[in-house]
Amino acid sequence: MTAIPILKERESQIYQKGTQPFQMKCGKHSLAGSVSQRACVFCGSRVVLYPIADALHLIHGPIGCAAYTWDIRGALSSGPELHRLSFSTDLQEKDVIFGGEKKLYHALSELIDIHQPKAAFIYSTCIVGIIGDDVEAVCKKVSKEKGIDVLPVHSEGFKGTKKDGYKAACDALFKLVGQGSTEGISPYSINILGEFNIGGEAWIIKDYYRRMGVEVVSTMTGDGRVDDVRRSHGAVLNVVQCSGAMTFLAEMMKEKYGIPYIRVSYFGLEDMSKALYDVAAHFSDKPEIMEKTKEIVREEISHIYPELQKIKAAVQGKKAAIYVGGAFKAFSLIKALRYLGMDVVLAGSQTGNDTDYETLRDMCDDGTVIVDDANPLELSKYIIEKKADLFIGGVKERPIAYKMGIGFCDHNHERKTPLAGYSGMLNFAKEVYLTVSSPVWKFAPARQLSVNSDQLLTDFNPRPNTEHRTLNT
Amino acid sequence: MNNLAIKKEEYTATKNACKLCTPLGASLVFKGIRGAVPLLHGSQGCSTYIRRYLISHYKEPIDIACSNFAEETAIFGGGANLKIALENIRRQYDPELVGIATTCLSETIGDDVPMFIREYKDMCEGQELPPIVHISTPSYQGTHMQGFHGAVRALVEGVAEKREQDGRINLFPGMVSPADLRHLKEIMKDFGIPFTMLPDYSDTLDGPLWTEYQRIPPGGTPVEEIRAAGSALGSIEFGSVLAMEKESAGRSLFKKFAVPCHSMGLPIGVDETDRFFNTLSSVSGKPIPAKYQEERGRLLDSYVDGHKYVIEARAVVYGEEDLVASLVQFLKEIGVIPVLCASGGRSGHLQKIIAEMIPDDEQKNIRILENADFTDIESMAEELKADLIIGHSKGYTMSRRLNIPLIRIGFPVHDRVGGARIHHIGYRGTQELFDRIANTLIEARQNASSAGYTYM
Repeated sequence: MTAIPILKERESQIYQKGTQPFQMKCGKHSLAGSVSQRACVFCGSRVVLYPIADALHLIHGPIGCAAYTWDIRGALSSGPELHRLSFSTDLQEKDVIFGGEKKLYHALSELIDIHQPKAAFIYSTCIVGIIGDDVEAVCKKVSKEKGIDVLPVHSEGFKGTKKDGYKAACDALFKLVGQGSTEGISPYSINILGEFNIGGEAWIIKDYYRRMGVEVVSTMTGDGRVDDVRRSHGAVLNVVQCSGAMTFLAEMMKEKYGIPYIRVSYFGLEDMSKALYDVAAHFSDKPEIMEKTKEIVREEISHIYPELQKIKAAVQGKKAAIYVGGAFKAFSLIKALRYLGMDVVLAGSQTGNDTDYETLRDMCDDGTVIVDDANPLELSKYIIEKKADLFIGGVKERPIAYKMGIGFCDHNHERKTPLAGYSGMLNFAKEVYLTVSSPVWKFAPARQLSVNSDQLLTDFNPRPNTEHRTLNT
Repeated sequence: MNNLAIKKEEYTATKNACKLCTPLGASLVFKGIRGAVPLLHGSQGCSTYIRRYLISHYKEPIDIACSNFAEETAIFGGGANLKIALENIRRQYDPELVGIATTCLSETIGDDVPMFIREYKDMCEGQELPPIVHISTPSYQGTHMQGFHGAVRALVEGVAEKREQDGRINLFPGMVSPADLRHLKEIMKDFGIPFTMLPDYSDTLDGPLWTEYQRIPPGGTPVEEIRAAGSALGSIEFGSVLAMEKESAGRSLFKKFAVPCHSMGLPIGVDETDRFFNTLSSVSGKPIPAKYQEERGRLLDSYVDGHKYVIEARAVVYGEEDLVASLVQFLKEIGVIPVLCASGGRSGHLQKIIAEMIPDDEQKNIRILENADFTDIESMAEELKADLIIGHSKGYTMSRRLNIPLIRIGFPVHDRVGGARIHHIGYRGTQELFDRIANTLIEARQNASSAGYTYM
């Protein structure tokens, strides 16, 4: 086979630490024909707003965009589940010619009557602006008639990148903020931003804050509720995860309501604990919160520590590749993998910015490849060259790893297992352990090639069977 | 009339769609051509969403390139982007064919893709270019099936040639599984008939592990065989709804090269499979291999063994129109009543086809729902007191809520492994499907019994 070629225009978005001066480009529109792993503006908006469970999400356009985003995420709700339904105006040729406003109006009115949502988000897809639909006007009209907020989301797929979609979603959310009463909100209160309750993660995190004595006014958007968003301006602090997605909203809330924000991550012991400590530090006038936080961190870590140590012994020295949507997640994963004694040989993201990649460069070891907006060929090239044992990514990256006999951990929104928080870290470690230690890899032809060189190590380091049993029960 | 077709309101929303968009079907076809790269002319999301959707079913790397529109592309047209995309695909993948499918965006702004391709070819004068095949697939026209059949037609229209007749048969299998495609190839080989099967994603979308990374997964219909399709003895084209459409790959080859076209339903069930084997035999002049007579024998034997478990069971069937029509034909054969036949497609032919299969005088009260979504299907399934649901995995929610077992077939199967290996055509495939249906009904009976019998 011929070597996997890297497109010249892509070279500036790939950096190998220690081999060249750091001049990485990012934030560029994806190169045509390069098979980017990114999605579009619509995707950005859809992922941010998706978990709001008592709102109606209507996708205005032909059927594809709605069909491909129907119930695809593991975002759980403790109550209504409107978010798990897929609604589309399903525009047909005649709508494209004569305009889709009439259909939007009727579809929207009908859906509101049936489902009685607290608010409605109307996502514009690629062609909506081009055919000249005045979505804003239809939303206003229906809002007036039905007495609920009907919020247009300007998410035409081609109008930027996924990040612009995040911003469009934040713009829509921001219209809700400030509408509700802030009465009774504690002076020790926060909003959780950028946490989407995948597999119940928001519930895990909220429980920590509750035990610390901190009130969570609103979670945006995991297990989200419209009324909570409406009163979220009553919180004292915004705690922002998934920085790419919701910093826009935090900025707007800071400007208008003077609410400061901090950036956190809930993945891995280090970042998880820091997220709690940083919030506690913000409420330094009430030292009990910090005391309580220390207690929680101690207690939580002591719960999972023994099992983590076993896993660590089993996965130590394995090599991992990371390719995720946001760079902030990559930082946490690098730390979490290091905690398990693993080496990161590839780190990349779809939407990182200059500062993100500088941070990545500083965090990574020499030889680690850093990529922005990679494609399948680049990813495969580097996981093979760097002899990764594990790939962490999403659905689109999984088969790349599997074909080459490499273990995989899904860290994207489709997964159903919580990986955030302390219990999530244990889940993550277990998943990493289970995938890298599966007996099936010995049958993988790509791995057999390198078996001979590893044989010595395996012979000297036999893993007792009892360990497998403990982890599986 | 008893066959009751339901028409829907014009301005209603589609709620939990039972269809996908046109470019998905076209991309799938291009994935079944050897050395081909599909290229969507539109926004990055189109290719990423379709890749994700396909990968979750086939569990294989599926690269689909995109011309990746930006705001200025939508204003000034997508020509420049399409050419850059073609250039980059050639540099990265060195393809044997590029299949371009448009999207709603590029169609709405009125991009003239054939002209862009001509311009690109002019730009590359003197270079050896792979065939570039184009199909127009705005998602506001039809469903993924129009994209699928359209891409097959575009391939033969763009690539097939008239040559000396070489005894080959063209096979246009429609949107079946890799396991089905493998079975069809086995049949053709056992007959000893040279053939062009288009598409053939049996290896590209259900392949082995690799030693080295494959830029384009091995397998697929060779371009050379598509060229030869113009000189075949005849074409066999599956899909009873397709047979009623104005255009198809088979008919196009007939018009252009006088290759006779034999249209039939998917070979599910004894009758349709007989028809397929008899056609193969009569077109090629070769006898049906004994192996298939034996398979047929076993299938009939299993029909008899299981007939009491399945008779008059009430089934809800949904999916692509061609698939639904063929399933109805099969279910009728074993005495299962397809109480609801639904599709997100809206060809307008489904009702007529089913009415012919199951005449009114049989008093079955069958409901046929075109342009259906899962909200329609579920509410009707509940009312009809169905015993089982047959369709893809998006019916799981309905199955769970109504507590009616779901038999997963077709595309997609996103909640199980092995979706690519579900086999339901030919005698052997029908056998597998029949066993699953019978066993599902037996299991439901067993579970419902308080005795917990171990003999059923």
